Amino acid sequence: MKFDKKDILGMKDLSVEEINLILETAESFLEISTREIKKVPTLRGKTIINLFYEASTRTRTSFEIAGKRLSADTINISASTSSVVKGETLIDTARNLEAMHPDIIVIRHSAAGAPHLLASLVKQSIINAGDGAHEHPTQALLDMMTIKEKKGRLKGLKIAIVGDIAHSRVARSNIYGLTKMGAEVLLAGPATMLPRDIDQMGVKVFNKIEDAIDGADVVMMLRIQLEREKQNIFPSLREYAQRYCLNRKNIALAKKDVIVMHPGPLNRGVEISPDIADDPSYSVILDQVNNGVAVRMALLYLLGGGHE
Amino acid sequence: MNLVLKGARVIDPSQKIDAPMNILIKDGKIAELGDNTDKAKRDNGSEQTKTIDVKNMIVTPGLIDMHVHLREPGFEYKETIASGCAAAVAGGFTSIACMPNTKPVNDNRSITEFIRRKAAEANLANVYPIGAISMGAEGKILTEFWDMKDAGIVAFSDDGRPLMDAALMRRALEYAHSLELPIIQHCEDTNLSAGGLMHEGYYSTILGLRGIPSLAEETMIARDILIAEYTDTKVHIAHVSTAGAVRLIREAKKRRIKITAETAPHYFTLTDESLQNYDTNLKVNPPLRSAADVAAIKEGLADGTIDALACDHAPHARTDKEVEFEYAANGISGLETSLALSLALVHEGVLAWRELIEKMSTNPARILNLSKGALVPGADADITVIDPQVKWKVSVKDFRSRGKNSPFDGRALQGRAVLTIVGGEIKYCAPSFKL
Repeated sequence: MKFDKKDILGMKDLSVEEINLILETAESFLEISTREIKKVPTLRGKTIINLFYEASTRTRTSFEIAGKRLSADTINISASTSSVVKGETLIDTARNLEAMHPDIIVIRHSAAGAPHLLASLVKQSIINAGDGAHEHPTQALLDMMTIKEKKGRLKGLKIAIVGDIAHSRVARSNIYGLTKMGAEVLLAGPATMLPRDIDQMGVKVFNKIEDAIDGADVVMMLRIQLEREKQNIFPSLREYAQRYCLNRKNIALAKKDVIVMHPGPLNRGVEISPDIADDPSYSVILDQVNNGVAVRMALLYLLGGGHE
Repeated sequence: MNLVLKGARVIDPSQKIDAPMNILIKDGKIAELGDNTDKAKRDNGSEQTKTIDVKNMIVTPGLIDMHVHLREPGFEYKETIASGCAAAVAGGFTSIACMPNTKPVNDNRSITEFIRRKAAEANLANVYPIGAISMGAEGKILTEFWDMKDAGIVAFSDDGRPLMDAALMRRALEYAHSLELPIIQHCEDTNLSAGGLMHEGYYSTILGLRGIPSLAEETMIARDILIAEYTDTKVHIAHVSTAGAVRLIREAKKRRIKITAETAPHYFTLTDESLQNYDTNLKVNPPLRSAADVAAIKEGLADGTIDALACDHAPHARTDKEVEFEYAANGISGLETSLALSLALVHEGVLAWRELIEKMSTNPARILNLSKGALVPGADADITVIDPQVKWKVSVKDFRSRGKNSPFDGRALQGRAVLTIVGGEIKYCAPSFKL
């Protein structure tokens, strides 16, 4: 199959075939990271810019390592403030970067749709590394790869996503990706964390964590952003942890072989109890991180022309 | 010079006229309406009279847009009074009322006088300034209503900064009532809409953009209806965009509350579904709503719940729009597409011609107490000649407005103003129209 996407902006735009191709390519790249010399020459001479307008450790590092393992030159640009505050518009930044002839630009931005704006302006391939509360396609792909690795399939699985769905780009991308691949997605959170008409995305929606994880094959816990407490999304971390923390007791409702995922960084004791997060019989959190490098290598490879 | 408009279908809802007639214009005033203007012309043989053949055209009282933003003073890079007036006449509007959110805010006599002087210099459309309700539109201290009325204000509004303080809204309504001027309210509970970027619903959810619930508009309309009822005063609701708002206004009118309302063409033409490419030209406040809201707006127009069409002309520079959606300015440059988009309502059978002209001329004149909107002998000869058939394509490059921010760029439309006459002078003639 030929991969002819110019950009990876969201899971919404990817077909089942494209998702399968990305996941298969990623699986074949896993081995490179276990070699003593963790480098292949595939993207030698290609330049990848990581343009991060929002703080990130995991995703930025993962993209940088992915690029380096494929021998691309990777450059990181971190803007601590938004483009508007900084004084240069995203459009001007884009045109300046374009003039330096990179091959792929990876962008993270707090404003939903910023990668789409960038993609409409430059001829380079754009990878969305997270835009506002919109999408985070590489996270969804690495999550799907991890689920497939542990369960052998995606189709027919019962997957619960618990937490602040309203503010979560990880949730949106996973909902698009997982439902496309035939999984059943169940959401749980207080009504203040469930965005309007989310059920129209083809998911089941619950207010109690127990209802969503009952019989689940996979439980995905979302990070609670601590500053949301002040916005009256929930009364207190104490109450949230009492009602929505994944713990020994409620996980017993899920399938025996349930796996527990988290996009990180963890708030231990808030959305996930430490003994679940650290229990290798449940937690696949570090497998997610490992697969993240492989998925990003696959995307850089497919977009960078290595596939042809 | 005198003018005779010959052979058109004349529609003037204020006089229940819808018939083929000729119109004689003398000294800037309507002189005579009827089928005998040829005789009138002969009687005035000594004077120069130009006859314009307007066969197959529709002639109406000059169109009035009661909700535009002219940006001057303060934001001349977006629009000037002159460029806004040029856009108005090109769109068929002979009169416009401009909102006070300039810099400085039009909250005193000197700004009002400045706007009127600039409008007189432009010498295109009639410009009626709307004064701020509160100083700086900050929602705290009332402006000097009487002094501004003397300077030429036709209404009061804090526009995009709605009066959240119900007590101040009550006082403003009562005080304005004693001057016989209307209060225009942009209805938005800014606590409910805080941080919102588009209509709250399925599309805001999938796009990850914070929603503005229809509730934000409706709670404030409900509140203002109650205040207007309690104080027995007049309130005008700007740019109605939701089904619930139409319902509330319809019920209030049934109960004889003195409420009037307007909507803008984008609220019956576009929905939130169109935002999926994050096109900032579609960012507007109130936001584009759902298909069900669009249907309800059309019902509200058809049954008379919504009195007026006003485009909320909000010109912006490229730099205000060519940014991330979150940072983009709200608004659509609307004067040059408003008539054609509204004409679609006639083509669709939502409104009769008479109803359309009521909403674009008769009613705005009535709401703002203007001696306009009627083709009666002695009145200023403000006339719009509309070609109902001509098909054209919107091109923002051709806009007279400095604001090229239109989501309708490239759209094929039917019908437009071909001749705009203000005070008996031709202020606009479409390139396609032969004088």
